[in-house]
Amino acid sequence: MDFDFIAEYTPMYVTAAALTLRIAFWGIIFSLVTGLVCSLIQYYKIPALKQLISGYIELSRNTPLLVQLFFLYFGLPKLGIIISSEGCAILGLSFLGGSYMAEAFRSGLESVEKSQVEAGLSIGLKHGQIIRYIVLPQAISVSVPAFCANIIFLIKETSVFSVVALADLMYVAKDLIGLYYKTDEALLMLVLSYLVILLPVSIIASLLERRLRYAGFGN
Amino acid sequence: MQDLGIRVLFEGSNFLRLLGGLWITVKIALISVAISFVLGIFLGIIMTFKNPVTKAITRLYLEFVRIMPQLVLLFLVYFGLTRAFNINLSGQLSAIIVFVVWGTAEMGDLVRSALISISKHQYESGTALGLTNLQVYRYIIIPQTVRRLLPLSINLMTRMVKTTSLIVLIGVVEVLKVGQQIIEANRYTAPSGALWIYGTIFLLYFIVCFPISRLAGRLEKRWMN
Repeated sequence: MDFDFIAEYTPMYVTAAALTLRIAFWGIIFSLVTGLVCSLIQYYKIPALKQLISGYIELSRNTPLLVQLFFLYFGLPKLGIIISSEGCAILGLSFLGGSYMAEAFRSGLESVEKSQVEAGLSIGLKHGQIIRYIVLPQAISVSVPAFCANIIFLIKETSVFSVVALADLMYVAKDLIGLYYKTDEALLMLVLSYLVILLPVSIIASLLERRLRYAGFGN
Repeated sequence: MQDLGIRVLFEGSNFLRLLGGLWITVKIALISVAISFVLGIFLGIIMTFKNPVTKAITRLYLEFVRIMPQLVLLFLVYFGLTRAFNINLSGQLSAIIVFVVWGTAEMGDLVRSALISISKHQYESGTALGLTNLQVYRYIIIPQTVRRLLPLSINLMTRMVKTTSLIVLIGVVEVLKVGQQIIEANRYTAPSGALWIYGTIFLLYFIVCFPISRLAGRLEKRWMN
């Protein structure tokens, strides 16, 4: 193990990790928004849109992100639609994550009983108010564990972004292996970087889940 | 311009080559699922032991495999393992190793949760009815476990197929690589080939995964009670 080498190239990993995190951040935000909109459309059973959404969900859940990225980055330019590397990465991640988040929201929404909505209506709340004050708060707390699992999943999925020419952690590791043949050092740093990113997220997720389980049982 | 692109798909044996590439992906997924299914059942049973040592070890294994992106695991085996032991592993073999290691962890966790979800009184009422231990397992425990397990493990299968797409990054010639080769070979005669080829691969994955996840959903719904 060559620790001078590790010290010298740590900044490269830090830059790459920052890129990964930035894209993951935007991807997750857009996934959440997409998921919320999709699940509300499905919840209210808006005709036509509903079928469109379930088509999208099946399509995105049953194809790998890598193939989606290839299509976005290499396929679409032939139609004259040229998207930058980062744009492709964020778009791909949101396309994938949107459907996962939609499923998470949907299970939360379905867990709120219909009688609650009726009770809201009978005390004279408007539809918007019912969603805002009754359905969403309960639905979100039910679906938080699924959100956390999805967030971890999406951060893990960012590891394929080197195919759309982004210098992410995998790219840096492969580069160092190819350039200097420092396989052990490069791989160690790679594993450590992902641990540093994902361990805290995973720990926070399990803490949150425990807190919410108390909330669910009311003590 | 556009029709030039779609023609690439059907020229010569291009489409068959794509299907051949897809078969490699599916084959690796199938082999890995079969092995990890068996190993996962053992792991799941071990994970229900109360022994703190096995608990700690299996837990560590599960958490590590789960937290690492599968691509990192592929790199670890394909670049790291080969160097550490001075052996030569083909891309396909490394892929199978990684997917077995990952699949066993996931499967083990599914088996564990299915086993602990069966409450103790199921065993007790079986014995109270005068069934022998073997009969309790044969008629009460195993059918329930399988019902809880099967939809989830079919889901794992689709995840496995989707994740197998990553093996192109460790140099296995599978459907994406074949697609690239076709695109490169027809770069001048069909400049818009990339759109059609990658679009087709996208649909091929969908055609493979959709029925499997549909089946899992069906079984889950039917066996919910």
